[in-house]
Amino acid sequence: MIPAAVEHIRPSTLDEALEALGDPDAKALAGGQSLLPVMKLRIVRPSVLVDIGRLELGGVRLMNDELRIGALTTWDELESAPELQRPSFAAIAECAAEIGDLQVRNRGTLGGSLAHADPASDMGAVALALGAHLTLRAAGAERALSAEELFLGPFTTALAPGELITEVVLPLVEGSGSAYEKVEHPASGFALAGAAACVTAEGRQRVAVTGVGAHAFLLPLDADPLDALAEAEIYGDRFAPAEYRRHVAGVVAGRALDRARKRAKEAT
Amino acid sequence: MPRASAVGLVVNGESRSVEVEPRTLLVHALRDGFGLTGAHIGCDTSQCGTCTVLVDGRAVKSCTMLAVQAEGCDVTTIEGLARDGVQDPIQRAFVEQHGLQCGFCTPGMILTASDLLSRVPDPDDATIRRALKGNFCRCTGYQSIVDSVRVAAATLREGSAA
Repeated sequence: MIPAAVEHIRPSTLDEALEALGDPDAKALAGGQSLLPVMKLRIVRPSVLVDIGRLELGGVRLMNDELRIGALTTWDELESAPELQRPSFAAIAECAAEIGDLQVRNRGTLGGSLAHADPASDMGAVALALGAHLTLRAAGAERALSAEELFLGPFTTALAPGELITEVVLPLVEGSGSAYEKVEHPASGFALAGAAACVTAEGRQRVAVTGVGAHAFLLPLDADPLDALAEAEIYGDRFAPAEYRRHVAGVVAGRALDRARKRAKEAT
Repeated sequence: MPRASAVGLVVNGESRSVEVEPRTLLVHALRDGFGLTGAHIGCDTSQCGTCTVLVDGRAVKSCTMLAVQAEGCDVTTIEGLARDGVQDPIQRAFVEQHGLQCGFCTPGMILTASDLLSRVPDPDDATIRRALKGNFCRCTGYQSIVDSVRVAAATLREGSAA
């Protein structure tokens, strides 16, 4: 399979890239692990690919009370970043380690995955549970968007045309612990149900689930996940009916919470 | 219609250039442009891993990367592993441990193993299996492949200790 004819440009600065992305038929190409497969299937046919893959938008930095992750940081880099070994951010590293396979993790990026918004993407749940904000840039504009505002539906986000995720910013909550758990589809590796949990030193908890609805979503804060999931709109398909997914989501949410609590204790 | 243009890259240690359209996948540039047919096309949907090559030392699926994305990069295919007609230790281990039957998945298996062993010199079996998750074999049942990678790791460690 070969993508439809497309132009390719590789801007040398972010500003040039943002200007090129002002073209409504342009698509940003980062690692390409989500975009190229859908281009090969010709589900997506941009007229121009704006190759941002070599811009300096990678890396993990802990600054004051915030963790800032560049949008082009690959899963492989997240898996091994020392900052993400901290109990507060451990969910990010363990989620990254379970994504796709080695080859995909070598190329796939955090920002690309969030922008792609696959309803079963793992990192969406982690971003929600950890209270992430995204920095969005467009030509001459910048704004922040919370992870909760990002996802609108399957493969649909609140990104405006021409906007690019440049950074993911997470609050450092001292004494907190986080974890990610999933049961994956044995063939695709995507989450049949996945859950990310963050627990603070005071025992406050945030749990988000993925793979079970139109997009990853946050459960009500401090709610019992089983009660919250009983109320949630859950999707089913031929692999896993809705009631089975609801059950599995409860199981993985419980496991993620348990491990997040343990990590919060280690942190204090 | 975007026209083909010359893309330069280092292939198996040699600076090469190939005329490709922007949409040309790396695997097609390698096979059709350079005649390096060791990069196989299996599923063509980023699943099976037989198109795996090393780009700047890291395993990537060459069916899921554009040739233009590899511009200026160092690309290693299975043809580039042997030195002066002598097989690479990973290739040798696959032969000796019966790590292949039909051989279709083997280039991808070996190059993925090469990425793994460059980072983890002494992987346990679980680590090897995890690294090879994106490489499908329909013949061997995988055990002999895991054995091959473990033996190759030992050979490489001896080599680096010597």
